[in-house]
Amino acid sequence: MRAINYAAPTMVEDAVRILRENGAGARIFAGGTDLIVQVRENTRDVDVMVDAKGIEELTRVEIGADGSVTLGAAVPCYQIAGDDAIVAAFPGLIDAAGIIGGTAIQGRASLGGNLCNSSPAADGIPALIVHGATANIAGPDGRRSVAVADFCTGPGTNVLAAGEMLVSLTIPALVPNSGAHYLRFTPRNEMDIAVVGAGAQVVLDGDTIVSARIALGAVAPTPMYAAAADEALAGQPATEESYEAAAAAAQNAATPITDMRGTADFRNHLVAVLTKRALRGAVERAKGGAVNGR
Amino acid sequence: MVAELVTGKTLVSTTINGEPVEFMCEPRESLLEVLRDTLRLTGSKEGCNNGNCGACSVILDGRLVNSCCVLGIEIAGSEVTTIEGLATADGLHSVQEAFLEGAALQCGICTPGFIVATKALLDKNPNPTETEIRYWLAGNLCRCTGYDKIVRAVQQAASGTGT
Repeated sequence: MRAINYAAPTMVEDAVRILRENGAGARIFAGGTDLIVQVRENTRDVDVMVDAKGIEELTRVEIGADGSVTLGAAVPCYQIAGDDAIVAAFPGLIDAAGIIGGTAIQGRASLGGNLCNSSPAADGIPALIVHGATANIAGPDGRRSVAVADFCTGPGTNVLAAGEMLVSLTIPALVPNSGAHYLRFTPRNEMDIAVVGAGAQVVLDGDTIVSARIALGAVAPTPMYAAAADEALAGQPATEESYEAAAAAAQNAATPITDMRGTADFRNHLVAVLTKRALRGAVERAKGGAVNGR
Repeated sequence: MVAELVTGKTLVSTTINGEPVEFMCEPRESLLEVLRDTLRLTGSKEGCNNGNCGACSVILDGRLVNSCCVLGIEIAGSEVTTIEGLATADGLHSVQEAFLEGAALQCGICTPGFIVATKALLDKNPNPTETEIRYWLAGNLCRCTGYDKIVRAVQQAASGTGT
């Protein structure tokens, strides 16, 4: 690995100062499962690695009085997937947080890191988008928040400006009679990178879909919020016919490419299949049922 | 921890296999490099060096990690268990015994990682199902065995552990 400098600040303000003083070559890391490899393989230009795990605010899990949860950006996935309160409140988020890498990756990788790495195929990002999650950012000019749906700007790039860092993710409480589900297609079930990922959240009134959110992974330059699919579902009955219409809208919105993991045609097919499955799972949970045992 | 930049070789104090250890390392050195090249603990293997194969698996503060995806400088004050920490003066660890008994290896490069990962699993879940074993070990790749003998050995170790 190229020579780097290292810092382990304990305060957000110090981390921001280090980022500002060292320019674009300084980068925050939590688990290092993406960044250490990228620096070693020279796919990211980094000369200062700033370890976030010593900053208490980035390692905290806070459950708000309103039922929202704020996850520190460096909280590892195993901790999220092993937290009974989070599993009970946000099973659709756990669908994603529990499958980012195998056991040894889960021990270090964080949802915040998954977001900041900004891979189009990130599992965590579509799940965060359908939950309406917010990214809480600190920088030289203070704090700001951005919807996760608006966070990524391209493969590996995002809205973080010079000197800025992700502090935490806030996931609002699910309203009554709502549910969410995320799933992906991979050739190898136990550990792999998504060929396509799909997340859904629905709010029901009886058997009518009041509102829905669909997000897709690995079919565009960024994980994408498929607003057109939401429009196809609002006010419609929770039936296969409605899911078909949403799947068609999602296919229309997706712009997949052909690469080593799959062809554009296959991905287009998967968008429809997975959108429908995500919707069925979300509706099941909205009705009080379980998917994947939660 | 300090907010200043660490710019060169630094003294790191840690605990490895129950023993206090101090070493010098550059910020760019991975824990795997420190273990193998500095501390001569060469049981942990370098396979892919990018977090895919699990040959470098170690237990860091109770969590299974890929030591190629950890910086050596990060482990100050931590506790690390490597494959060298499993056997005692009285003999091999029960997981090592089970892998030997079941011939759960051929070339052996992946074996230290599998054994460390299995110890981490059984510490957390003494009676895993076959599905739990296969998911837990999904980050450890073996290109020889086809995994079946490994899974049987883990089941053997689990049934023999009893603690």
